[in-house]
Amino acid sequence: MTILETGTIAAGSLLTVAGLTVEEVAAILAATDRLERMAAAERAKILAGRRIALLFYESSTRTRTSFELAAKSLGAMTTLVSDKSSSIEKGESLKDTGLTLRALGAECIVLRHANSGAPYLLAKTTGLPVLNAGDGMHEHPSQALLDLRTMLARLPGMSGRLVNAKTLEGVTVVITGDILHSRVARSNAMLLPRLGARVVLCGPPGLLPDDALGLGLDSKGGIEIERDFDKALKQAGSGGKAVVMMLRIQRERLAGLELDLEEYISRYQLDEERLMARAPEALVMHPGPMIRGLEIAGEVADGPNSAIEDQVRHGLGVRMALLVRALGAGGFESVTV
Amino acid sequence: MSDVLILNGRLVDPASGVDGERDLLLRHGRVAAVEMPGVLRAVKGKEIGKEIIDAKGMIVAPGLVDVHVHLREPGQTYKESIKTGTAAAAAGGFTSVVAMPNTLPVNDSVEKLEWMLDASRGACVKLFAMPAATFGSLGEEITDYHELQRVGAVGFTDDGKPVLHDRVMRAALVAAAGIGVPVSQHAEDTRLTGGCSMNAGPVAFRLGLRGMTVEAESKIVERDIRLLRDIEQHDGLRPHLHVQHVSTAKAMEAIRQARRAGLHVTCEVAPHHFTLTDEAIGEYDTNAKMNPPLRNDADRMAMIAGLMDGTVDCIATDHAPHALFEKEQEFERAPNGITGLETALGLALRVLHKGNGMPISRVIELMSAQPAGIVSLEGRGTLKVDSFADVVIFDPAAEWSFAAAKSLSKSRNTPFDGAPMLGRVMATICEGVIVYRG
Ligand SMILES: [Zn+2]
Repeated sequence: MTILETGTIAAGSLLTVAGLTVEEVAAILAATDRLERMAAAERAKILAGRRIALLFYESSTRTRTSFELAAKSLGAMTTLVSDKSSSIEKGESLKDTGLTLRALGAECIVLRHANSGAPYLLAKTTGLPVLNAGDGMHEHPSQALLDLRTMLARLPGMSGRLVNAKTLEGVTVVITGDILHSRVARSNAMLLPRLGARVVLCGPPGLLPDDALGLGLDSKGGIEIERDFDKALKQAGSGGKAVVMMLRIQRERLAGLELDLEEYISRYQLDEERLMARAPEALVMHPGPMIRGLEIAGEVADGPNSAIEDQVRHGLGVRMALLVRALGAGGFESVTV
Repeated sequence: MSDVLILNGRLVDPASGVDGERDLLLRHGRVAAVEMPGVLRAVKGKEIGKEIIDAKGMIVAPGLVDVHVHLREPGQTYKESIKTGTAAAAAGGFTSVVAMPNTLPVNDSVEKLEWMLDASRGACVKLFAMPAATFGSLGEEITDYHELQRVGAVGFTDDGKPVLHDRVMRAALVAAAGIGVPVSQHAEDTRLTGGCSMNAGPVAFRLGLRGMTVEAESKIVERDIRLLRDIEQHDGLRPHLHVQHVSTAKAMEAIRQARRAGLHVTCEVAPHHFTLTDEAIGEYDTNAKMNPPLRNDADRMAMIAGLMDGTVDCIATDHAPHALFEKEQEFERAPNGITGLETALGLALRVLHKGNGMPISRVIELMSAQPAGIVSLEGRGTLKVDSFADVVIFDPAAEWSFAAAKSLSKSRNTPFDGAPMLGRVMATICEGVIVYRG
């Protein structure tokens, strides 16, 4: 091969939510339900003897543990290759690391990487199914799916609903914070409108450039920008069902903006007073890690509206489904929507 | 060197205002005769050792001139060498190329320049060079323009990066003005582009990549224009600024205004910037990663408008070969640049001529006479009698697809693999020697 490999991406890969049809989303969530209902012993047979590599160039306790436990509860063998251990050879290319893992028998690679788009390179050069566990500022598709599942489980009147293009009609999701650097925001903003949700992005221009509206191009709109958090909350809280998704703020990113920490907190922190006054029914979400007292007040994170722990729990089930799908272990074809 | 007789072609030589059926006789590396059909046919067969090319249905034009190529020698011959790069140039119809100085080491001395231009490097087309504008292209201290010109420098540039300091750029423009050559500027305010790997905008946002703003380009162009005006007013000199690979509407407009104001500013546009937008990056295709980056469609259209209205002086490829393993990396880590010598004419004819109605003679002018004029190549870029026998013969009607695997360049980093082209090079002749046959 003399020209850049534009190899095919293996079926079962999940690199971006944009690559999923609504039917596939439905199938993944249906499989999640099935897997969660299964007896543990039965579940442990599904991927018995299969080999999954967790390739983590960035540390992430939450996501790594979630994928690892998901794989193990399905009976798969996992190996963690991380930059913290010496197992990623210094200077070796991502392609060569991927080829080594493939030669060692890995059948699927879960990749966390600091560079946007790295999962595409790995998928194209290895031909293995690759699950994107977060790439740079780009996407975190499994997070968006677990967030969706959390909404379906927690929003009133949603459970048991079929997943289709109208499932989230009447739901407004306000995503607030550092959207520019957030792969979680991108994945959610691209996925949720396709199920009928209205997504309102909120934050100062430095953390939320107008270019973010481009995320809505292939979703027939569905994305809006509202810089005033109180207005965004009020709109969401007064019309139908509301979700408020808060994103982590790194203080050093505020440095370049015309905004200091105190000002950010006063304008964008989700605290109890703000929530109760504007959207008392709203479901509160946060992909973590969160900084209590900065983007979110502790009492809200722990309060009755909070779905933050549910998100973590649903992550396990969704990732089980994604691994089963990646390894072609069956069940996905039979799902009807 | 045998004579070459080119019969039955349509001769298009914008420099002499010819566009019609003419026969052409090349002798001793020069154009010996340009005649109406029939005149030269009488001599046909009288002499032996004469190569006769039947150019029926073809355009016969001055060999193309590229003022901006990277040949990677010395130092990175795994990407390209002077020999392979000029072979690719010949395949693309080019008979003169100007090598940029960002080799390893940087071409910033008489010794390095002489080494590069030495015949033993194996260039099959005419090789010219722009040495570094500053030592090591570090932007601190200007090189010895007098001495470098004496051994063949046709201009000065730190391409790959800008001359950032006002004081240094001013000194470069003054020194170059003194010897009548251009300073060629890679207009990028690198203080604004750290960590950026593509054009700023909705596509970059969606891909999660940091974007270069259009201002990072236009600010340097505007600064350089201010320096030109200042030097004209205070130093009694008329410096020549050449802006490389313009990619933004904003910089194009600044250049248009400067020219209206009578300043000596020329500029080039690369085929990829009038053909593609940042959408071509698709799923992080590093073959669409270059600097300046592919912009949005409004900027692309502004490049075409600049080419159509004469603001743009020439088309230059910025041929920038990279090895597969270098491009086969994470997008943000992969090097900038694409190959371009073999696709330039095909894209220019397809996009500018067929797509936008530019006369073929104007396309040829933008790729021969005008670039030759920017770097003052005497006797090139034209087919007037006595000029160098640099000729390209191409079929203007041939539609074909470029196959990167068949490239004569050592590298294959192009977003145009499989792309449709218009106009196919049938022969390239450099100083009377046939250096490529299609
Ligand atoms: Zn450049």
